[in-house]
Amino acid sequence: MERHFDHDLEELKQRLLWMGSLAERAAHQAVHAVLDAEEHLAEVVLSEEDAINEMQIEIDERVQRLLATQQPMAADLRFLLAVSRINGDLERIGDQAVNIAQSATRILRHPQVKPYVDLPRMSELAEAMVRDSLNALVRGDQELAQSVLRRDDQVDRLRDQLFRELLAYMMEDSAQVFNAFELILVAKNLERIGDHATNIAEDVIYFVAGRDVRHPALDRR
Amino acid sequence: MEIAATKDKIVSGAPQSALSVKAFRDPVPMEKTTSPTIEHKLRLTISNLNFYYGAKQAVFALSLKIPTNRVTALIGPSGCGKSTFLRTLNRMNETIRNTRVEGEVLLDGQDIHSLDVVGLRRRVGMVFQRPNPFPKSIYDNVAYGLRINGYKGRLDDLVEHSLRRAALWDEVKDYLKKSAFALSGGQQQRLCIARALAVDPEVLLLDEPCSALDPVTTAKIEELMFQLKDSCTMAIVTHNMQQAARASDFTAFMLDGHLIEHSETSKLFTTPTDPRTEAYITGRFG
Repeated sequence: MERHFDHDLEELKQRLLWMGSLAERAAHQAVHAVLDAEEHLAEVVLSEEDAINEMQIEIDERVQRLLATQQPMAADLRFLLAVSRINGDLERIGDQAVNIAQSATRILRHPQVKPYVDLPRMSELAEAMVRDSLNALVRGDQELAQSVLRRDDQVDRLRDQLFRELLAYMMEDSAQVFNAFELILVAKNLERIGDHATNIAEDVIYFVAGRDVRHPALDRR
Repeated sequence: MEIAATKDKIVSGAPQSALSVKAFRDPVPMEKTTSPTIEHKLRLTISNLNFYYGAKQAVFALSLKIPTNRVTALIGPSGCGKSTFLRTLNRMNETIRNTRVEGEVLLDGQDIHSLDVVGLRRRVGMVFQRPNPFPKSIYDNVAYGLRINGYKGRLDDLVEHSLRRAALWDEVKDYLKKSAFALSGGQQQRLCIARALAVDPEVLLLDEPCSALDPVTTAKIEELMFQLKDSCTMAIVTHNMQQAARASDFTAFMLDGHLIEHSETSKLFTTPTDPRTEAYITGRFG
């Protein structure tokens, strides 16, 4: 039986994916402002922050309305709960992109500390995690969501590697401290983007399979 | 009316109840995470129950465990056999001609078909969809069951106690001699609950008790069910999924006379295991 509610859910999903594409693009542009020394990209990210925030409020209102009027059950309920949480994660990804863009404007005032090797790899990994977590939502693909969870460790390892390397630069030459520190912040923000992608993937698994895979150490009997 | 419910008629190798030990963990979330597995005490144990209206079978090999002092909701589309099943629990179907029941219904370990039917219905009370007060005063409605059971104590006290348990006392205490028909629909339904409670039943069967009531009165009945859990085991048939979700601890989903799924209410309404349950509770059929 076709339900009007299905159209509402589909529309909500499309709006969430649109917000996801905004957040993903913001993260990409912010990192490339640093990597390609393109300050205007940072300015674009800062100017588009409001659009992501407005989307967060719009999606929250849609979820609230559907919860109140449709009183959903089972997969419908899990979908709305997942969307509500993913909405928060996407907004935070937008915030991390803004942080990176602000770092970029400061980094670009100084000479480059070192050739960027790990930062582009981290960025590609984190962006792919966001993209795949949203693809997993679209396709209801648990396997893809699991693969996002597995990739989080790689991002963490790259962050640690970058920290160590930049620390060495800072110890060698105090003139490098400012920029090296800003790069550490950028790496930290990218690592947080990976964490948000992981949260999204966990919500996708909850929606698809009804399993709560957050905090696996907890015994949920 | 033929009653065929002796143990030797139960088909051997009958399907196991859909209810696992896991489903009987205490539904209170805090206990769920802190206590070890608790097998709940069972008030009613139904095994391989079949029910027939003449040649037409309405309930098929149904096995279900109803835990003590908990509310079990029965949901399913119209005509799926849930009311029929509910009425087998106090042998109310025996009042319908040309019906037949097979299988076992144990009340505290005793087969209800071996019990005196009047005594059984005192222990297993029933509230129907439409309030059905007797054409008597409010007081006499509540006292009726006590009188026919030969109650020798202070009738006034027990009438007041029953009306208080049914959350009706404050509204009717000054009008006890008035006709029950002077009450509103919601009050009449609570009066019927008070009448059922007066004889102190162990089990209360509720067949769509709120379907004719407004949301405020429905909320009162649901609150009442919550209060009664201390002293009474309840089974409720409802078409209102939100009511089942709000008011019950366990939910059983029936379809075409078969029990499809039975689990803790919170689990059934968030992560049902059978696609037919999922389709029904999300409104895709039924």
